[in-house]
Amino acid sequence: MSKIITKNLNLWYGAFPALKKINSKIEASRITAIIGPSGCGKSTLLRVFNRMNDLIEGVRMDGEVLIDETNILNLRMDLVVLRKKVGMVFQRPNPFPLSIYENIVFGERIHAVDITRDKLDEIVERSLKDVLLWDELKDRLNEPALRLSLEQKQRLCIARLIAVRPDVLLMDEPCSTLDPQSTARIEELMRELKARYTIIIVTHNMQQAARVSDDTGFMLLGELIEFGKTEDIFTKPKDKRTEDYITGRYG
Amino acid sequence: MRKLKEFIVEKLILICGLASIFFVALIFLFLLKEGFSIFKTVSPFNFLFGKSWYPISEPSQMGILPLILGSLLVTAGAAIISIPIGVGCAIYIAEIAPAKIKEILKAGIELLAAIPSVVLGFIGMVTLVPLVKTVFHLPTGLTALSGSIMLAFMAMPTIVSIAEDALYSVPKTYKEGALALGATRWQMIWRVMLPAASSGLLAAVMLGIGRVIGETMAVMMITGNAAVMPNSIFAPVRTLTATIAAEMGEAVVGSEHYFALFAIGIVLFVISFAINVTADLFLHQRQ
Repeated sequence: MSKIITKNLNLWYGAFPALKKINSKIEASRITAIIGPSGCGKSTLLRVFNRMNDLIEGVRMDGEVLIDETNILNLRMDLVVLRKKVGMVFQRPNPFPLSIYENIVFGERIHAVDITRDKLDEIVERSLKDVLLWDELKDRLNEPALRLSLEQKQRLCIARLIAVRPDVLLMDEPCSTLDPQSTARIEELMRELKARYTIIIVTHNMQQAARVSDDTGFMLLGELIEFGKTEDIFTKPKDKRTEDYITGRYG
Repeated sequence: MRKLKEFIVEKLILICGLASIFFVALIFLFLLKEGFSIFKTVSPFNFLFGKSWYPISEPSQMGILPLILGSLLVTAGAAIISIPIGVGCAIYIAEIAPAKIKEILKAGIELLAAIPSVVLGFIGMVTLVPLVKTVFHLPTGLTALSGSIMLAFMAMPTIVSIAEDALYSVPKTYKEGALALGATRWQMIWRVMLPAASSGLLAAVMLGIGRVIGETMAVMMITGNAAVMPNSIFAPVRTLTATIAAEMGEAVVGSEHYFALFAIGIVLFVISFAINVTADLFLHQRQ
């Protein structure tokens, strides 16, 4: 059974159809990239999986999105439970204006019933080690997170996210504000994390999709044109439009 | 010719700009000159910490401690009432209210700010004062508490509009980040938005308090105007502002009483200056 299955997913912003009949199967422990030109609906699709689109007024959806066989579009779906399970890393690193330590334990503070200092310390250490920031930051935990470099901020956001032990990591162009070296290191981190998580990354950068992902979906004007193994999409695309896009004829 | 015109306009505007500073300086100097004369007869310590204010008895007693405490008591009471309500209202407007209710509320708050203080004082006198009297079984409803409640209404518009501004300018990415981690709306507001907006919120509170401490008309009408050491919030008090307003008309120009009232003006000036500077510091820290 696939981790995430979308069946005939449609989404409208008011009268504008942003997603049209999306059918896809996303597997666990793999990195899935969603590529396509600006405005094709790739971020919108990503934000369906943790229902962040609900924040926008006038959004309507139909079809089904099954995560571990539960339809998350169900009206009775508890969004707190969903978002704890399906976490998101944003385009611009967005640490809270709190200390590094408080950023990481944010999830624990809002979800856990009994909080002990030891448990929090342990979470901070484990999460920072997971994103390879522990050695750099272990003596600076009480400094404001806003003082970090962009790359460190983005790593911190990933640490903050995995501290709540999600299953799925959604990444919305996580490297678009970073320089090439930082990008390479974040990609390396994604490869290390993939064994334990289902990772979906939206990117406008085709090389990044080719480098980092196992599966790729190509979207155009709200449709999922083609979905398959990354090497297939990039070497022998079945659809003419996919071929045009990856060879740089538009986008 | 064009150059000359430019030059004249430029200098005119410069004069306009300097005028406000010049006037403030003049007022301040005048206050100092008139106020400091009192310290020839009363020491500053006895003036500030003397417990009796009998300016026209023989010999006169010029201790303004009861007036300072009266002002502080009324202000503290107003702050306790208006800060939670004002900040709560700002959170509701900035985060929770649907667009339509938001507009109505904002208009309502502006309207509240537009009510002249004498009208608020009058309404307080005929409605609030009897209410306080019966609810707390007091000999009179003209108390510090009545003043606090009425002044809370005056501080509210300032607090709400500045606090709302501060909350509104919290970046959307913080909110999304919190919600995406599974925070409820309240957790997002409490743990992310309030800390992020804290300096703006503090500025809002300080400016609200500044508004209260300088208010005269309403407090004069409903706090009972008894220049005695207040022993509780249920007792009549008299504030610094009300003292000046009530007594200046009958003080003989150049008398000790007259100088003492100016000295009270200096004290008020210093207090509101300190409050405004603090608020300013908080506002700048935000940028």
